Amino acid sequence: MFHGPLQTSVREKRKVKVKPYTFLGIPYYILLSSLIIIPLLLIIFYAVTIQEQGLYYKFTLIYFRQFFNETEFVKVMADSIVLAVMTTLICLVIGYPLAYYITKRKPITQAILVLLITAPMWVNMLIRTVAWKQIFDMINPRLLGTDFAIIVGMVYVFLPFMVLPIYTVLSKIDPLLYEASADLGGSNLKTFRKVTLPLSISGVLSGITMVLLPAATTMVIPRYLGQNRVLIGTLIERKFYDSGNWGYGAAIAIILSLIIMVMVLFTKKLDRNKEVERDEKA
Amino acid sequence: MKKHNNLLSGIFILLVLLFVYAPIFSLVLFSFNANRSLTTWGGFSFEWYGELFRSREIMNAVVWTFIIAILATIISVIVGTFAAIGLSKNKKLFRNAVINLNNIPIVNPEIVTAIGLLLLFQSLKLQGGYGTMLLAHIAFCTPYVIITVYPKVKSLDPSLIEAAQDLGATPMRAIYYAVFPQIKVAIFAAAAIAFTMSFDDFVISYFTAGSTGTNISIYLYTLKRGIPPTINALSTIMILVVTIVVTLNFILTRKQYKEV
Amino acid sequence: MKKLIELRNVTKAFEENVVLKGIDLEIYENEFVTLLGPSGCGKTTTLRIIGGFVDPSSGEVLLNEKNILDIPAHKRPTNTVFQRYALFPHLDVFENVAFGLRMHSNKANIKIQIEKLKEDYQIRIDHAQDSTTKKKLKLELNKEIELIKDPNIHLKLKIDKLKNKIIALDKTNPEFETQKQKLQEQIKAIKNDFETPKVREKRLTDKVMKYLAMVNLQGYERRSVHKLSGGQQQRVAIARALINEPKVLLLDEPLAALDLKLRQEMQYELKEIQRNAGITFIYVTHDQEEALTMSDKIVVMNEGEIQQVGKPEDIYNEPINTFVAKFIGESNIIEGIMIDDYLVEFDGVKYPCVDYGFKRNEIVDIVLRPEDLDIVPEGTTPISGVVDSVAFKGVHYEIDVKTNTRIYTVHTTDYQPEGKKVCVSFEKEDLHVMEKW
Repeated sequence: MFHGPLQTSVREKRKVKVKPYTFLGIPYYILLSSLIIIPLLLIIFYAVTIQEQGLYYKFTLIYFRQFFNETEFVKVMADSIVLAVMTTLICLVIGYPLAYYITKRKPITQAILVLLITAPMWVNMLIRTVAWKQIFDMINPRLLGTDFAIIVGMVYVFLPFMVLPIYTVLSKIDPLLYEASADLGGSNLKTFRKVTLPLSISGVLSGITMVLLPAATTMVIPRYLGQNRVLIGTLIERKFYDSGNWGYGAAIAIILSLIIMVMVLFTKKLDRNKEVERDEKA
Repeated sequence: MKKHNNLLSGIFILLVLLFVYAPIFSLVLFSFNANRSLTTWGGFSFEWYGELFRSREIMNAVVWTFIIAILATIISVIVGTFAAIGLSKNKKLFRNAVINLNNIPIVNPEIVTAIGLLLLFQSLKLQGGYGTMLLAHIAFCTPYVIITVYPKVKSLDPSLIEAAQDLGATPMRAIYYAVFPQIKVAIFAAAAIAFTMSFDDFVISYFTAGSTGTNISIYLYTLKRGIPPTINALSTIMILVVTIVVTLNFILTRKQYKEV
Repeated sequence: MKKLIELRNVTKAFEENVVLKGIDLEIYENEFVTLLGPSGCGKTTTLRIIGGFVDPSSGEVLLNEKNILDIPAHKRPTNTVFQRYALFPHLDVFENVAFGLRMHSNKANIKIQIEKLKEDYQIRIDHAQDSTTKKKLKLELNKEIELIKDPNIHLKLKIDKLKNKIIALDKTNPEFETQKQKLQEQIKAIKNDFETPKVREKRLTDKVMKYLAMVNLQGYERRSVHKLSGGQQQRVAIARALINEPKVLLLDEPLAALDLKLRQEMQYELKEIQRNAGITFIYVTHDQEEALTMSDKIVVMNEGEIQQVGKPEDIYNEPINTFVAKFIGESNIIEGIMIDDYLVEFDGVKYPCVDYGFKRNEIVDIVLRPEDLDIVPEGTTPISGVVDSVAFKGVHYEIDVKTNTRIYTVHTTDYQPEGKKVCVSFEKEDLHVMEKW
């Protein structure tokens, strides 16, 4: 090895010490900022500006005012939310007992049942909705277009989203807790109320979130099962495609987002046992 | 009493399953219908399957759906997995911020994400088409990859990477030898989720495909004259494929349920 | 002995928390050094700084007089035995142990070697005065690269020469056949020495088996690691580290998770391995008995500072402050006054002792080891009291004697009943005086 003064000076050139793994995240950060954050900012931008004389953008709330002034639109928003809430409740009423009963079975049966419930999710949602249309056509065509049909369709599509989180949480409850409860004198009902239910709340809230949001904003189900009924999703679509009125569409989208954000925050506040988001140990 | 409960709960489960599979049966049944009706049975026939493969429109939509789904899955899994690994090494504050931002497209209604991307592409004067659709799919698939892979990465023993380096592996090789084998399962799960989300997507594709792009969902939605039974045939094939894949997967992983 | 590792004024702070406050340490070749101290004293951090997993906030770390702070962990000539073993769960025992060897034998390594060689030669070429020297160096470089790429190249040349000899043989010569055969056999012999992947793999396998035997795990090669007991996992971790023949082995509380008997066995085995392999061991533990048993040199640390460095006997017999005295072995610590050299006073009585060099009437700490104390009949010494508690420890009784001023802990093989009036005695050599901490 050549040890000369030149050698040492090359060696002394200190490389900037960079943690080797910071580069890994860079493609994602680019994606995050360009395809997720900027679009959101753009929505806000379009919702609150209006183009004056071709080039000049002025801040305005005109779209929002327009929306709230048209009672028809407010009704559409209210209808969408009401339908979504009803769907969510029905999903909960069906989904929770279903998840609970599944956990009572043998592990291999559980796996099969979960698979059966979730496998249809892999078939295109439009196709499944169309299938229900076909069934309604067969049984009673007059039902098409009613709230009933829409709710049936939504429950059908979103039920697995309610069942899965609840099942996951229920199956993770340490069976020893049931023993402990029995040991301390708890009847089956009491055990359910005091042990099972509280521990499963996070799953329930998860399920509610995963059903409420898409149910409120779906475009597909109102179209096929509602006889092209206009709900909030369709409304936004119309504003963008039919009238090219982006500002208006963006404003509606923001109102929708805000309402949903409020609902989500509300449900998150209720859940004190959150796991995934909380970064406890560094 | 327990047997009583078991029976009741069993019936309940059965009813729900009937509800879940009724439309599926109907779809499959009527795909073999000899006449065009979707409500009356006219005899057994493979006619619609032939129609299906002859229809260039439908086949085009199916092919493109696959192409986009496969590409989007590959890219989002790579980007997402690297991001998950990189994130686990970052400072807590930064990590939490990114995770929260990452959750935005998951929590946001699809239509909002779709509009945002539409506005983005239009502002950049990008022509709507398969390119923009692919970008959009990557955008909404990657967050799902991250929420699937990241928890697994976080739960790994940090000293494994150190051990690999201690034994002479460069940082990148350490990831390859020490981390990947452990998160393989999560990566596969993430790929499955990403593929499903992309394959099944409607809203975001609809808004970002412009006038040239199409996939199965867009094709269906924009049908002018009602749904032909060829769709039933397509659905049946899809259901068949899904059944085979799911059954195979189940058989291969059956062991883990017996060990309890 | 040659100095191997040196830490100069190494400090480390994590955010607000100062973990190391200025560590100066010298470690020599073939030493078994233990970093000893309570949780949080900085011993593990020091170890990880040497291993390259943590960078110090300031200070130097030298290996053979050269600064190694720029060298990343995977390039340092150290190997680590982690506290929780860190065995690769997806690999069996064999592959775990072979891991380090596999990391170093790949094509990637060849590339790295060639890159480095080119770098080094480039400097020399740039430095060269004239073009003939430059050409010579370039030729040399190419030859070296050839050699790295194909280590068999010399052997192949030899074979070519022999083949030429065969061709050149005189066919008419009656000895022709035997000569030809001899040459062919020589060729065969050379071919056996070829480096092929098969040969390399065999060498690797032999080495792995050798090290598995060294840690008494022959026959376990194909087991999966999670089916092994704690002790077995530990031994796999040790073999995995040692097989790379590092200059320094870093051990981070490797025996912490084992039960007592096993721990004692492993302590003995580790010491044997260290002696036989001639490797420097740097061992971290909070267990002072462990440190006393295995070490050539103990470094006692507390709150980020080194308290004392020395041989086990020295640290035990002459702790320099109360912390060390309390941490190592059991002690009775008594505050007293150094009246003069060789004379110390406590509890109102002056005792001759063997320590000196303190200021007159300086307040000091005095250490009396329980095993140095004796229980003698009432009235025989100035220290009188009552037996307060008696505990049977197997090797001895631990008896607490309560006096007016304090409780003395005494280790003795003679049983004394509780409540008995006794006196405590010791020799003047047993009195150890330290500076007040």
